[in-house]
Formats: sequence, C-alpha cells, structure tokens
Amino acid sequence: MTKRSFVLNGKQVTVDVEDDVRVLWVLRDVLKVTGPKYGCGINVCKACTSHINGKAFNPCSVRIADIKPTDRITTIEGLADTASGELHPMQEAWLEQDVAQCGYCQPGQIMAAVAKVNQAKAQGRTISDADLDEIRNVCRCGTYFRIRQAIKSGAAKM
Amino acid sequence: MNDPLGPTPTQAGVAPAETVPGAAASRRRPSRRAFIGYVVSGATLVTAAQFAQPETADAAIPSVPQIPELFDLEDLETQSALPTSGLITITMDEQGYANFALPRMEVGQGITTSTAMIIAEELDLPVDKVRVSLAPARPELVFNQLTGGSNTTNSTFTPIRVAAATARGRLLQAAATQLGATLSQLTTKAGVVLGPGGKSLTYAELSIKAASLVDLKVTVTLKQSADFTVIGTPTKRVDARDIVTGAKKFVTDLDVPDALPTMVCRPPTLNGKPVALRNREQVLRMPGVTDVAQVDTGIAIRAKTFGQCIDAVRAVQADWAGGPTASESDDSILAEIRRAEVPLAVPKLPLLAVQLDAKFEFMFRSSAALEPNCAIADVRDDSATVWAGLKAPIVAQGNIAKAVGLPVSKVKVNVVTGGGSFGHKLFGDAAIEAAKISKAMRKPVKLLWHRADEPRQGRVHPMATSRLRATMLAGEVLTFEQRHTSVATDFSHGLGEMLVATAAKLPPGLVGVGLSQSIFLLTQELPYNFGVVTQLLNETDTRFNTGSMRAIYSPDVACANELFIDLLAKKAGKDPLAFRLANLKQANVKAVLQKVAQVGNWGRPMAPGTAQGIAVHREYKGATACLVEIDCRPATVNRTIRDAVTGPRVTKVVMAVDAGLVVNPEGLKAQMLGGVSDGIGLALTNSLHLKDGHFLEASWDNYFYTRQWNTPPEFECVVMPSTSSEPGGAGEAGVPASVAAVACAYARATGKVPTRFPINHDTSSFEVKSFVPPVPESPTDGLSYTF
Ligand code: FES
Ligand code: FES
Repeated sequence: MTKRSFVLNGKQVTVDVEDDVRVLWVLRDVLKVTGPKYGCGINVCKACTSHINGKAFNPCSVRIADIKPTDRITTIEGLADTASGELHPMQEAWLEQDVAQCGYCQPGQIMAAVAKVNQAKAQGRTISDADLDEIRNVCRCGTYFRIRQAIKSGAAKM
Repeated sequence: MNDPLGPTPTQAGVAPAETVPGAAASRRRPSRRAFIGYVVSGATLVTAAQFAQPETADAAIPSVPQIPELFDLEDLETQSALPTSGLITITMDEQGYANFALPRMEVGQGITTSTAMIIAEELDLPVDKVRVSLAPARPELVFNQLTGGSNTTNSTFTPIRVAAATARGRLLQAAATQLGATLSQLTTKAGVVLGPGGKSLTYAELSIKAASLVDLKVTVTLKQSADFTVIGTPTKRVDARDIVTGAKKFVTDLDVPDALPTMVCRPPTLNGKPVALRNREQVLRMPGVTDVAQVDTGIAIRAKTFGQCIDAVRAVQADWAGGPTASESDDSILAEIRRAEVPLAVPKLPLLAVQLDAKFEFMFRSSAALEPNCAIADVRDDSATVWAGLKAPIVAQGNIAKAVGLPVSKVKVNVVTGGGSFGHKLFGDAAIEAAKISKAMRKPVKLLWHRADEPRQGRVHPMATSRLRATMLAGEVLTFEQRHTSVATDFSHGLGEMLVATAAKLPPGLVGVGLSQSIFLLTQELPYNFGVVTQLLNETDTRFNTGSMRAIYSPDVACANELFIDLLAKKAGKDPLAFRLANLKQANVKAVLQKVAQVGNWGRPMAPGTAQGIAVHREYKGATACLVEIDCRPATVNRTIRDAVTGPRVTKVVMAVDAGLVVNPEGLKAQMLGGVSDGIGLALTNSLHLKDGHFLEASWDNYFYTRQWNTPPEFECVVMPSTSSEPGGAGEAGVPASVAAVACAYARATGKVPTRFPINHDTSSFEVKSFVPPVPESPTDGLSYTF
C-alpha cells in the first residue's frame, strides 16, 4: 500500500491503496464518490467518464499509480463548480431537454459532452453531428436523440 | 378513541362508510361515481385506498374478436389486484409534503414522476411537494407488486387518486373547523386551503389537525378529467436534478456497513457449475481479498475494491462442469426450433386465390441494462436484509428465504431504483445470489456482475421463428395464419402465478392452454381485417436463462407481420400505407398511422439506396405507428468507426402514439424514444451468438446495442389526443412498431426482404474474449484516450 494524493473536485485528497487499483475504484470504493458509474470496466461503455486536468478520461482504465499529486480529477459531483452558475450549463441543458431515463449513464454522458464541446471549441468550431457520432457512451435506455439535443443546447451556453 | 373531526365510530377500528364532508360542492357533482377511501390513524394525516380496482369482470366474453380486444394483459394485471387486502397510503407531513411509497419499481420509465403528478392533481398540491419512494417487498400485496407489462399507471391510477382525494377531503374538513367556515366556502390550491375573507391554512399547518385517532372508511369522488391541470401536462422527471448532479443512488452506490465489493468467477460455459477451486490459498493472499466462497453459480470473491475482485476472479483456477447446453450453437438451436414448429394449415383455396408464405428468424438477444446485475445482502443466522432493483420483490423475497433457509417474515427486501430493466429485473437473480454468498461468507456483501457476465450468463430474449401464411383473392386477404415458435420464455417472476390465480375470470379461449400460450394470446392482436386469423405460439427448450425484453413477444411478432403485410400489399399492387388503411380495424390504429404518414411525408421521393418504411402496432390498450427513413448506400454502410458496427443508418423517425389517457406526455415521448433505439438495434445490430455452449459476447463493443453513430439525427413523436379515461401502458409500446418499420424500410431500400434478425447477425464483428478467465483484464492505458 502506498499513499497517493491528487486533487479531487478542487480538494487535495490522499488515499492509502495498492498501486494498481484503477482510479474508478479509488473514487467509488475508497472515497465513496459514486457519481462515476461502472458499466464495463474496460473503457468501452464510458459510464465512468470523468475529467483529468479538464479532459475526459475513463478512470476504470487508469491505475492510481499513474496519477500525480498535481493532477486535477473532476467527477460529475464537481462539474458545477467548474462553471459560474449553480449548475454547469450542460447540466442545465440536460434538465431542459429532460434527457435522463434511468439515469445510470447520464453522469458519464454529461462529462463526455462537456469535453467534446471544449474539444471542438479549442479547434475553433462549434459541435457538429459528426462530433456527436463520435461519442461512444452507451445509453441502454436509448436516450441518444435527447442527448444530441442537449449537447447542442448546452454548447451554445458554454 | 374519538375522531376529533367526525362522528363517533360505532366500533373501534373501521367506522361505517360515510361521505367525507370534503366532497365540496364547488368541485363535486352529485351523479359521480363514489369510491371508498380510508383515513388511517396516525400522528399526522394518513389516508389510504385499497390497492385494487372495482370489479369489472362481468365484461362481455369475447367470441369472434381476438382475445386482446376485450381482455388484454393489462386487464389481467389489474383484475388480479382484487382479492388482496393491501392498502396504499399517503402521509401528509408537517412540512406540507405528501409522502407515498409506490409498490412498483422505477427503472427509468418515469413512474415516480407520473405518480407524483397523479397525487398532485387530486390533492391540489405542487408536484415538487410530493415525495414518491419505492415500497419494500410487501407480501400481502400479492400480485399487486409486480412491475411488468407496462401496467403501472393502468393499475395504480384509481387507487392512488382515491387516497389523495381522501386526504384533500380530510384537509378541507380540518380547515372548516379551524376557520369556522362551511365546506362550500373553501377551496384548495397549491397546498393551501382558502377560506372566506382571505383566510387560509396550508396543508402543513393542517397535517396534524387533520390526523385521526382511529381508522375511518369514507366515500369520495374524484376530480373530473375536464378539470385536470397536472395530468396531461408535460412534466420533467422528478429525479432529474439528482441524476445530473450524480446524487441519485443506485444499489452499488449505497454504503451499507461492511458490505464489501463482491464478484463471482463464473463457469466458461453457459450455466456450468463449479466442481473444485484449486488455488483457494493463492486467491485469498491476493491484495484486498477478504473472502472466497464456492456457491452454485461460481467462485465468489469479496475484496476491498471491485478492481481487486476482478483481479482475483482472473486468478481463479477451478474445475468446472459444462452446462446443459455445453455443445449447442445457434444452428443446433435453430434446428431444434424448426423441429418444434407446428405446421401451417393448408386452407381450402377458392379458384384463383393465391397463397403467400414467409418465415423470419430472430436470434438470441441480451436484455442486460447498463447497470449490471447487482445486490447488497446481509444474511445473519436469524434474519436477512437485501437491497436490490426488483420488479417482483415479493417473489424474490420468497426465493431468497428459500435459498438461505429462513422464514419469509425474516427476510427484508428493500427495493432500490434500477439503472434500467427491460424485463431483466423481473427476476431476483442477483439478489438471490448475493444472499447465498453472504450466507456462505457470513458477512455482508455488495455483489456486482462483471459486464462480461451479463451477455454470457445473464437473461436473454429467446431465439424464435415466425412463420406466416396468407391467402388472397382479388387483393383481399381471406386467411392469415401465424405460427411463432420460440425457445421457452421464463415467466417464474410472478406473471405466471398471476395468470393462474385469475384463470377463472379469463375468457374461455384461454382456459386450458399453457401459460406461455395464454400470455401470447393476451398480448398479440393482429389489428387487420384479414378474414380467418389464427396466431399460435409453440415453445421448446427450457435450458436457457430467458426473460422478456421490453415487451414479451411483440417486437418479433410485429416485425414478422408488418414485413409480411408489405409483401401482401405488393401482391395486391397497393401502396403499403393505403393497403394498411384499407384493412385496419380500429379507428385509433388508423389515426396513428395517418398521423405518421402526414408528419413524416410518406411517399416523398427518395434517392436510390434510401427508403421509407411504415408500421403499426396495437397493444396495451393503445396504438403506435412508426415511419422511418433509412440510408443503405455504401458510403453510409461502410463508415468505419473503431470496434463498432456502423451499417445502414436510420436517418429519421416519426412516431405517433395513442396511449389512452396520458399522465405525462413528456415521459411518454421519452419512452417512445427509448423504444426506437431498441427497435433500431433489434432490426439491425444487436444479438448474441451461441457457439459450443458459450455466448460469445462480453462487452458493449461485442453486443451492438444502438450507439450515437446508429442514432437518427431526426426524431419526432406525436402524442395523440386522449380518447380514453384510462391510462394505457408506455414502457414497452415503442419497440414493436419501430423494429418493424426499420425492417420494412431496409427491405425497400435494398430490394431484399431480410429473413434473419438482426440483419447483421451473420457478420462476425469482434474478437472473442477469453472464457478462462471469464472476464477481461482491466486496462491501464486510459490516459492515452483522453479528449
Ligand atoms: S466502466 Fe469505465 S468505460 Fe465502462
Ligand atoms: S438513462 Fe438509462 S442507461 Fe442512459
């Protein structure tokens, strides 16, 4: 066991855990931060999508040993604090479009959406249908169309 | 013992029926039907209604019409509610919230929202002042605690309204006493009773005053639908904010003390059994591992984190017995189905009549939700507590009790909102397994199935064939026969018992046929006037772990029928829309079809390789129609996306739905959207492949459920104006018409009528993951995929 430290949702945290435990389990099982969900554990379903230093990543596929003390990890629980309003504009858009059904995939969907919009913006573009087609997050309730609507709407306010 | 507000009851307990004075003249008209409600003794106001519907079983017995026209699965589920004595209660608390424990399970279909709306409507309370939770298993409710067949709103609508109306009446009565007013001077609005001279009292202030020391039985009348202001108004989900902030808790998010992560190393073949664990000591020494136990489904491992469970599962060395299907493959099961097919009759043909035959095959499909099977169990020597997503918690409670050898009364089953169900959570598989493991380890466990376990060992929608024969004369259909043959569907979740218990009330056509055949006949209804119509089900092979997946038989049956109807239309030289309209029986089915044709611009010119498809379905007291446009041009079909099946793209979908009285149009549209995503996957991409006793799929990149790149960029859903005073079902109604419309569009675009579904089944599109170990390694390269 090794002490590992990183910045989680704006706060420095330290955990005592084996090196090769994947970050998803450090978040969920050790720190009890349960917004990121397990849907596959092999970087396919994207239910665990969170941000590392502002970019989308899948903590089920990253060892805690590969995280540095200065790395900033943001989960759905900390997303609102990265924007000025009470909620992040993408969360607002999700409410406006009433996207969620069971809700299990939605934290990951929102985190992926924010990163996807930021990626397009960094390239000086607005989000396109082709960008939306690249999103790999599974929604077994089939809310995909409303997700597309919400991302377009949220992007306009980001 | 006196009720402070009413007459002295003649005996302790339940008072004789009286009309609740709250039947204020302003709202209640005299000729209205009265219902029985109860005021239950409590510290604050508690009202109740019997969770059952008034007897209506003396309905006409159908003869000529097909069974579902008069008595469908929804009637069955509602009727079987009658003999139970369970009450549902609404508690008004001192903060002015109405609290209600719904004896159903929320799995994303929006029933907590629609239930809150129904209570808000009848109580004149804002929707956000209604708190709906999920009731734990209540054995006394018998069949009344089964979430299935899309029947929640249909069977709970009236009882919930009665309890809410009783509460409102009681609040008015208390306010009259407090304000020194007569009931006719009082009105209610947004959780406040308004009296003469601007005086008012909130429900919060009245919650204690309106309480009763004894149980009272009262009669109430309900709001008329013309006065509805909440029901029928698009309303967003009540749990949406918790979902988008990550606050919503699913089973594995619950922090039950000492319930450590637990996974099972499962056999390499379907339903195989563990014989011996060869390296127990080695597994026990692995980092984080606390316990190892052999149970009937595999080798269970409990550890500090799920990641360490996965590592340990991969390290297990064990001897396994092959399962009962160890040597079977898709082809051998298909051959078995073929052997079980009942021959189609050869009708006596009038001179010049023509006969058309068709046959369609449907492969195994996984009904897994995104949240894998999971449950928390704490089994002690003398009691057990379980937390799980369960649509039939009473059946699960009984099965858990049996599995751990405790009386049912010692097993507490908490129902937790599920991350999707699609029929999967009708069974208590994970709850029962978790209880067995907890008993074996003598510790609380939080059991989670690995994703790979789901398609490989979890419930599947059965493989089936549907054969059709019709005869036509001069463009008219004289006979229509369907023989559906299927791997057996498991109904042990309670629907079977419900059916048997109500058998005496079933129409005569259903007495004496088997359980599955009964359910088939109760749900399948050909909506066309096609002369002599017979639809029969035959089942074979009970070795698979099956279940219904968002509708039991309808998606396959509708797909087969509607493709066949396109063939009949072609034979008759008619346009598919015109042919359907000329032959449909019911006005509501015609209306939804006309609606999608109009909104979707049916018949517009389409480029070669693209086409429209149109289909209808009637079930659950409602009707749905779907129009799709599909693009099957090479540039679309051959798009490359890593680890994906792209294929034809559905580019546009228009749905129209008549679901009877609609509580929440926003929620209904959401359910239709989900149904379309399922329909696209069922027609084009998602299936399981059985080979040498294994289902090959182990990931969402093997089992190709609809993804963003398969999603139509255009979608529209029209909710038809309600013609009924009764709500129909929503959760499953979107699938059948959409799978059928996609199939019809594909046939038209490619000029080839597909006969095997999904159409992608015969293409191998992924590399098969190992069976020993049964789960893949957790990757470590996640940081190279950031964006
Ligand atoms: S759980 Fe991380 S991608 Fe599926
Ligand atoms: S909302 Fe249920 S999986 Fe997406």
